[in-house]
Amino acid sequence: MTRLNDKLWDFYGGLRLPGHKEESLTRPIQSLPVPARLTIPLQQHIGVETEPLVKVGDKVLKGQQIATTQASVAAPIHASSSGTVTAIENHPVPHPSGLSAPCIVIDTDGHDQWHDKIKQIRDTHETAAITDIHTITPAALRETIRDAGIVGLGGAAFPTHVKLDNAVEHEIQTLIINAAECEPYITCDNALMRERAPQIIDGIRILQHALQVKHCLLCVEDEVKDTHTALEQALASAQPVPGAEISLLKTPTRYPAGGEKQLIKTVTGKEVPANGLPSDIGVLCHNVGTAYAIYRAVCLGEPLISRIVTVTGQGITRPGNIEALIGTPLTELIDACGGFNPQTTASPLTIGGPMMGFPISRSEIPVTKSSNCLLVGVQTLNTQQHKPYPCIRCGACVDVCPAQLLPQQLYWHSKAREFDKAQDYNLFDCIECGCCAAVCPSHIPLVQYYRFAKDEIWATEKDRQKSERARKRFEFRQARIERQKRELEERRKRKKAALDRKTHAQPDPKKAAIQQAIERVQRKKAEQQVVPKNTEALTAAQQRQIEEAEKRRQKLKRATSTTNPDPES
Amino acid sequence: MTDSTLITPQSVGSVMRQLLLALIPGVLAYVYFFGYGVLFNMLLASVVAVTSEALILWWRRKPVGFFLRDYSAIVTAVLLALCLPSLAPWWLVTIATLFAIIVGKHLYGGLGQNLFNPAMIGYVVVMISFPQVMTTQWFNASQQSKPGLIDTIIHQTTPHKPKQNPGKPGAHSKIDSITSATPLDKVKSELERGKTLSEIRHPQLFGLLGSSGWEWVNFFFLLGGLWLLYRKLIGWQIPVAMLGTMFLMAGLFYVYDSDNYLPPLFQLFSGGAMLGAFFIATDPVTCAATHRGRLYFGIGVGLFTYIIRTWGGYPDGIAFAVLLMNMATPTLDYYTQSDAFGHKTRKP
Ligand code: SF4
Ligand code: SF4
Repeated sequence: MTRLNDKLWDFYGGLRLPGHKEESLTRPIQSLPVPARLTIPLQQHIGVETEPLVKVGDKVLKGQQIATTQASVAAPIHASSSGTVTAIENHPVPHPSGLSAPCIVIDTDGHDQWHDKIKQIRDTHETAAITDIHTITPAALRETIRDAGIVGLGGAAFPTHVKLDNAVEHEIQTLIINAAECEPYITCDNALMRERAPQIIDGIRILQHALQVKHCLLCVEDEVKDTHTALEQALASAQPVPGAEISLLKTPTRYPAGGEKQLIKTVTGKEVPANGLPSDIGVLCHNVGTAYAIYRAVCLGEPLISRIVTVTGQGITRPGNIEALIGTPLTELIDACGGFNPQTTASPLTIGGPMMGFPISRSEIPVTKSSNCLLVGVQTLNTQQHKPYPCIRCGACVDVCPAQLLPQQLYWHSKAREFDKAQDYNLFDCIECGCCAAVCPSHIPLVQYYRFAKDEIWATEKDRQKSERARKRFEFRQARIERQKRELEERRKRKKAALDRKTHAQPDPKKAAIQQAIERVQRKKAEQQVVPKNTEALTAAQQRQIEEAEKRRQKLKRATSTTNPDPES
Repeated sequence: MTDSTLITPQSVGSVMRQLLLALIPGVLAYVYFFGYGVLFNMLLASVVAVTSEALILWWRRKPVGFFLRDYSAIVTAVLLALCLPSLAPWWLVTIATLFAIIVGKHLYGGLGQNLFNPAMIGYVVVMISFPQVMTTQWFNASQQSKPGLIDTIIHQTTPHKPKQNPGKPGAHSKIDSITSATPLDKVKSELERGKTLSEIRHPQLFGLLGSSGWEWVNFFFLLGGLWLLYRKLIGWQIPVAMLGTMFLMAGLFYVYDSDNYLPPLFQLFSGGAMLGAFFIATDPVTCAATHRGRLYFGIGVGLFTYIIRTWGGYPDGIAFAVLLMNMATPTLDYYTQSDAFGHKTRKP
């Protein structure tokens, strides 16, 4: 089960960072008791927000679908435990903007009772061997994955089924399982691999079958020896499946080696085109946690209702990995880890790692599908307090940028609000890894500027689209009025002609026919001109979404304009 | 315990301090061969630079202490002082420094905003305004008696006229009799008078590799520069490209006519070659930012330096070469961006 050619390639830039992994790997994954209240956001993925299927007062069962949407880029949401829906309202969610978003609040009943359908599957399939997997069609597997609400668990939370559906349209030769957990402190994937390697292998098998892909590269950082051992054992004892190979690859421990594009470059030598997707070069990448969630969905019938969260940092008493239900308040996780470390004075909270994570100010925020780590008491790139100097153009950032950009130019133009120039320097290829900001001797919060610029560009784009829509609507209305006027005119003319026919004994029937034909053609032309271009047919829900997005953006803009990171202002 | 556990990034101040540290060996060699004049110049320039910078910051309502801690004014002052004649009068040093800080740096907006290397601005201003002083107030390393500290300071702070213009005898300090042009300059004027290299090759001007005394100063600046490279405080591109180009050019002409053109190693170990290559041309603010851009930048500086040294009217060409290439920096940066990730495989 090894690849003939285990060659690795190098990716540009990046940083060697202190890992801080051991702290949270010293004890096994800890499960939490069911919390009294679950707060489950309606949007936990990239894409369209879901709509609730339940009302306040409804009883729900564990694993029951409680929100979904018709939109394709979305993932349904399930109740993480049984209980009663007590509210559907805005609640603070883990988001960089610190805003609130609609959530379903469930007061749990403590029975943790599974939904009947899942119970059945669990009763019959609990011990079902993965070797039966080939009896299920790939399409059915993909549907199961979609219904289970599975999203990328590496942090991006992109709906997994969308990736899979897109992939079957391309010819995928290689499935890459991203287990290179490169950001310091985060260990949820490593903990999972150490304890549940056989299930992960099964999950990979399911993915391979769903995609009909023979080769799979399971990529792990080269310095986590215990994880290697666990995976090697699981691979050795797994039933070999003909035509489905899994090779374990040890990738260099260098941030951001686990970035999708960097990982693909490292293990295949190919670069994902800047304006394309991995599937363009025959590769598909999934996070190892996602593979595990797929195993649970297919073999146990469980939707995605829990995940492993690393709780670590100098500010926590007993760092570790917690398996938490989606919707559990972060306070419960902190308590489970012995609470705040009494020796630390300040304990800033960060969702995510020290490079890409964002600070949060309140700990009642719930765990979502994308929460991989809660950092306590660690100063991160986004909480650094240094007062920035002007850029001295030293180029340190250029040397570390894995996207091979010129971060100082991006900064310069973003700061000057010259967004077109920033785009000339490929602003949108920035993966916001933070390497540049970490080495900048002027301590400039570079990534904040890039986010700001990107947001502004998106906002103008949206405005443009909106005014475009308004213009079209206006034109359409004008055209309709014109048409009505014309029709009225024609009717009058016809009437007059009819009248004329009556008065003039011998009208020329040929002439009238020609006249009518001409009119018909003209009418048709006029109608064709005013065909609406797909923008008037918005459903009420879509319209509402657009408006809400706009509202959110305005709010965000207000929020960010007060925290403009300009050092000189 | 909420200290940053990521990596400890350098700060602007620490970068600049390390730059100053790296200068120390070269400065010591300088003092050993050419006396205390340069120390006085460095001190004076630093005081002028810091004072004028503080005043301007205060006037521009910028945080004075915060910006003074970045050490960039002192680096500018020290580099400038190292380029001026070691026996230059105090007013020359002061004027040059004021121009460097006020015109070269703050008229452009201060730290990080300037297009031209401020030290070189200061140098060029006095070079054009006071060419006499700039070319004669050097000390010749082969001279027997090095002037003492007191004599040097008296020489630099009392008004007197350059010795080519003998005025009243009383106006001369006793050092006037030993000031001269740099070897590089002398060799050039001798060559221009039609002499061949073998005729002017005598130990007063020539050392082992470069010009006497200067070769050691250059050697120690080279050491400091290598340390900067090792610490990754500068990139290799500019020094390698600049010195390589000078070596190549000099080599070509030397092979073509070894009577009239200086040997390549002499070029590299004379004047401000090493100081320029490792400390001046690499000034991050004003040099190109991309790797390829830095290569071209270095090549340009090397080329212009050689041309000005060989055929131009000034004794050393580094300052003009650096300023010329500073002008080209934005263009270089724009056209030498490497392909961003995934742009080679980009779909049309
Ligand atoms: S690292 Fe910072 S100071 Fe240096 S060029 Fe980049 S942005 Fe400017
Ligand atoms: S944050 Fe963007 S610009 Fe900075 S190093 Fe990462 S990819 Fe490059």
